[in-house]
Amino acid sequence: MTVTLTPVLSATWGSDKSWSLDTYTEAGGYAPLKKALGMAPGDLVQAVKDSGLRGRGGAGFPTGMKWGFLPPDDGGPRYLVVNADESEPGTCKDIPTMMSAPHALIEGVIITSFAIGCNHAFIYLRGEVVHVYRRLLQAVREAYEAGHLGKNIHGSGFDLDVTVHAGAGAYICGEETALLDSLEGRRGQPRLKPPFPAVAGLYARPTVVNNVESVASVPAIVDKGVEWFTAMGTERSKGMGLFSLSGHVTRPGQYEAPLGITLRELLELAGGIREGHELKFWTPGGSSTPIFTQDHLDTPLDYESVGAAGSMLGTRALQLFDETTCVVRAVTRWTEFYKHESCGKCTPCREGTYWLTQILKRIEAGRGTQADIQQLLDTCDSIAGRSFCALGDGATSSIISSVTLFREEYEAHVEQGGCPFDHAASALFEYSDTPATEEAHA
Amino acid sequence: MTATADKPAAAVVDTVTLTIDGTEVSVPKGTLIIRAAEQVGIEIPRFCDHPALKPAGACRQCLVDVASPGPDGNLRAFPKPQASCTMTVTEGMVVNTQHTSEEADRAQKGVMELLLINHPLDCPVCDKGGECPLQNQAMSHGRPESRFVDVKRVFEKPLALSSEILLDRERCVLCQRCTRFSKEIAGDAFIDLQNRGAQQQIGTFDEDVLDFDGYRPVGAATVDEAGKAFSSYYSGNTVQICPVGALTSAAYRFRSRPFDLVSSPSISEHDSSGSAIRIDHRRGKILRRLADNDPVVNEDWISDKDRFAFAWQNLSDRLTRPMVRKDGDLVEVSWPEALAAAAAGIKAATSGEGDDARGAAVLTGGRVTLEDAYAFQKFARVVLGTNDVDSRARAASDEEQAFLGSQVAGTGLGVTFGELEKAPAVLLVGFEAEDEGGVVFLRLRKSLGRQRVATVAPFLTRGAEKLGATLVPAAPGREAAALADLPADVRDALAQPGAVVVLGERVAEAPGAFAAALEVASSTGARLAWIPRRAGERGAVEAGALPGLLPGGRTATLKGPRDAVAKAWGVDALPAAKGRDTAGILAAAAEGAIGALVVGGVSASDLTGDVAAALEGAGFVVSLEVRRSEIAEAADVVLPVAPPSEKSGTFVNWEGRLRSFATAIRTDAMSDHRVLDLLAREWGVELGTGTVEAVNAELAALGAASDAERPAAPKAKAARNPRAKKGTAVLATWHQLVDEGALQDGEPYLAGTGRVAVARMSAATAAALGDAVSVEVSTEAGAIELPLVVTDMVDGVVWVPVKSPGSWVARDLRVAAGAVVSVKGAA
Repeated sequence: MTVTLTPVLSATWGSDKSWSLDTYTEAGGYAPLKKALGMAPGDLVQAVKDSGLRGRGGAGFPTGMKWGFLPPDDGGPRYLVVNADESEPGTCKDIPTMMSAPHALIEGVIITSFAIGCNHAFIYLRGEVVHVYRRLLQAVREAYEAGHLGKNIHGSGFDLDVTVHAGAGAYICGEETALLDSLEGRRGQPRLKPPFPAVAGLYARPTVVNNVESVASVPAIVDKGVEWFTAMGTERSKGMGLFSLSGHVTRPGQYEAPLGITLRELLELAGGIREGHELKFWTPGGSSTPIFTQDHLDTPLDYESVGAAGSMLGTRALQLFDETTCVVRAVTRWTEFYKHESCGKCTPCREGTYWLTQILKRIEAGRGTQADIQQLLDTCDSIAGRSFCALGDGATSSIISSVTLFREEYEAHVEQGGCPFDHAASALFEYSDTPATEEAHA
Repeated sequence: MTATADKPAAAVVDTVTLTIDGTEVSVPKGTLIIRAAEQVGIEIPRFCDHPALKPAGACRQCLVDVASPGPDGNLRAFPKPQASCTMTVTEGMVVNTQHTSEEADRAQKGVMELLLINHPLDCPVCDKGGECPLQNQAMSHGRPESRFVDVKRVFEKPLALSSEILLDRERCVLCQRCTRFSKEIAGDAFIDLQNRGAQQQIGTFDEDVLDFDGYRPVGAATVDEAGKAFSSYYSGNTVQICPVGALTSAAYRFRSRPFDLVSSPSISEHDSSGSAIRIDHRRGKILRRLADNDPVVNEDWISDKDRFAFAWQNLSDRLTRPMVRKDGDLVEVSWPEALAAAAAGIKAATSGEGDDARGAAVLTGGRVTLEDAYAFQKFARVVLGTNDVDSRARAASDEEQAFLGSQVAGTGLGVTFGELEKAPAVLLVGFEAEDEGGVVFLRLRKSLGRQRVATVAPFLTRGAEKLGATLVPAAPGREAAALADLPADVRDALAQPGAVVVLGERVAEAPGAFAAALEVASSTGARLAWIPRRAGERGAVEAGALPGLLPGGRTATLKGPRDAVAKAWGVDALPAAKGRDTAGILAAAAEGAIGALVVGGVSASDLTGDVAAALEGAGFVVSLEVRRSEIAEAADVVLPVAPPSEKSGTFVNWEGRLRSFATAIRTDAMSDHRVLDLLAREWGVELGTGTVEAVNAELAALGAASDAERPAAPKAKAARNPRAKKGTAVLATWHQLVDEGALQDGEPYLAGTGRVAVARMSAATAAALGDAVSVEVSTEAGAIELPLVVTDMVDGVVWVPVKSPGSWVARDLRVAAGAVVSVKGAA
């Protein structure tokens, strides 16, 4: 089977000044908006429901159904909040989208807002990506000037304002309720649910929180129709998606392809694992998803198949590691990330990631014991399914899966009193082992 | 939730039936699983959960297994354990706690292990050791030994959140009870979570704690006039609800072990709420006081004054032996000698006839119990033969007495805490809930957003702002005019069923205000509640310790009620002459018109009258006191009496609820009523006030006055309209909750949390002083100089606190609110 890419969001990324309104419009942009404004909002919601579009932020909840959860219009405001706080290690799809084709997002925001009856939409952007922030602000300005935003958009009587908000650099603010608290100017920590955002979200009003890629996919669905969209993908995972390949791969980058593609197929497109090496392990959906090995090269990358194989499709962030990589080392780095990003609200995640990091660093440095390996699993057991939000669960995924798949490698660290790998061999750049860096953040 | 219903709810409550550990239980809809489990005696371990606070779900200690019926009616188990403190019950739910579910037990043990990895093992030196939920639950649900061998997180310790509240961050389990209390209950969000992950910690607005290089909160964090990090009147509650030893109070820190303490339930002597407290003492010494849960009064909370101000009674000036003045000096004598000397002195001073005839008078104050007040007035009327008895050691008026006699005395339980909370609208007159009401403030704040609050005052205080109150501006003395001309929306709000008009003790300073308030109540249907400041005030009204009132609200100047009381007391007649109030007694004594004064529970510095002249003018002074007060120092006979913790008795709180308390610490100190009973015997009179039971029996037998026996309600009277000329202003003043009152002596940590004394003026009034940074407020008697704070308030008025550091109004200015005082700016 010949594999082909299906560039939709990424279609214009190669164009000259792809981020500008002109480039986007020349490629047919904002035509779907005109079409949408001529439709009944209810029909738009139905179309997205029919398309089977599922949330591209990781959880895969049907987007149209989420819109449908909003209570009937009571005359008060309702909000669309775009989750653009892309922070998961390995995940790199929303930021290139906003960088290269910000108008795809903005057009999606306008159509979505029209569909759900929102007159003020927010884009909550990860604060560190200042260049993307500037692109978004510029795009919003252009959209206002072109009459795509503001009062009475193209004579439809529909008003919409868009606010781009830069976060302050907290992974937890990608959790939708923490994002809402942060957007309201509070400390970003997850809220108790219920009430769910659809009922009481931003400023306690009905709110839809959608991922960038989900929202940016809406114009194409409106333009090309539900059938076009459902023709791609698998039975229950419809459409296309951005697959971000990184690590030991010949041509890393974003590959937009139908859901259900396999890593083997993607690797064909990406030129394979780096010359002279072979795949050892990989994440199907970012660092929060259990790792896969060569055994999963042919697992269709759709929600169901990946789930059935014991992991999650997540954000389709495929981090690829070849045989030179120490799994203990990789897992330790990820765990340090979770420890640093734990918001601190609940005990399991706050204390558990603190503990796990210390155990892992000990094992990595060759100061661990066999009991420590069991302790890792026991501590993961005290976190997974116990934490307030999914961040805690995510922190344990790579540990549990790597101990299951590569237990002997953990044991080797213990037995040899150090790491059996040459770290320079796995590096893609000039590298020499330096004394273990002290934690950047206490 | 804490139940606060005073009366059984008549409405049918929707219930839900579920099964917990195999036991079926029906609970009201919306109940949390953890509360439902309590109903059947199943305790699920918890830290962040507190019945009076909103659910947080932060600690995850209370995880249980839950299954509930799906749409098809089949039971479906949740895939992972659920926090029982955040999940509400549903019909047919099946809950398995740690007792019946291995999964729940494993989850709880796991969380407990995680909670302990960073928790120091300093239980042997921790104040909480022995009464610590973490310690207890670690023993019952934890592993015998920790598997954590790595490095624990440490912090510099302790962090002083205020002079009173100290935080040991490494002990903190980040349950957020303290921050939630401060936000939700007290409205003083001065502490919050900072940083994240394992470094998350509770902190104040302090750049060192924020640890953000060069970053500091924008704007003035010191808008709070105290300029202190955690200046909340309710901060001590956070120490009590802390489930570990992270929050401690400076006063109690390292003083005791909980298992060495004897706990005695009691009632706070600090305000008219009658809050339930627990006194913890060891070998006769009070170590600390805690809030006791009383659902109908103070719920779970008390003010910091209730909690921390108890050192006053055991200071070095405590009186333990009677004293008699001999050759100019007070010398300790035996009780029989002191009583004989007191009686002889009073008899001699009042023995004159004709032009030399001089009577005796009794002054008492806000600290005394119902029984004491009853004994004082009975002693005055039966032994001394006078109606010159007054318990109002503060500004008072005949109008107030008419109001108290006609509306308050003997009326039993009136507006309750619960009704105040549920009132759709509340109008505050002469009453600052936070400063003068203690837990009343918390009850009102509980209804924030559901209750319309308006306050008749010269400015909107921060306390009133926290209640969401709107201001009905009135210069002191002009409250009656403001009440007569209430904004239409306030009046409409008060017309809703259940609305309440709260009258503070300062209404007595506003001519015509009682009558105007009665008019508001009758025209809108709102109920009236008199909330005095001090604990003994309502009891004194009930006991008749006012010149014009006999027990139960009977008029002292009417023959009928007088004869009825005389009959009950077994005496021929009661004095008929109109009695004088505190100011009148002091003035008369100063003029030499009173031969003997019996004084108990009065601080000279609270009175605007010339106390020194009165003590000088009176021929003979007997003082009943706990400590060597100024009055005791000037007395001829000093009779020591017991502080509240060493006696039993009753405070009648503002609701009219009897708040009886038993002796916490047994000593040989006697109550005022017992001492007066002994003293009366020197006249051959059986006063019958020897015991609390005897007094209560008499009070019960007397009962309340009939309407005919009561004084008439106060008549409308013109409000005062003092005009402030150039260089003068009308004085506004009231007590701050934490100030230099005598019952807060000896507690420097508490004093450190008090607000800084300032003088407040409107911009226009202050402008007349030029570029002043401080203002001197003066009368002929003296002056007070305080930093000036320009406040959005009524023009021509200057506000200073009554008795805060550097601002003792009664002693230094000898005037009360409403007086015209001189004001002068200082650079």
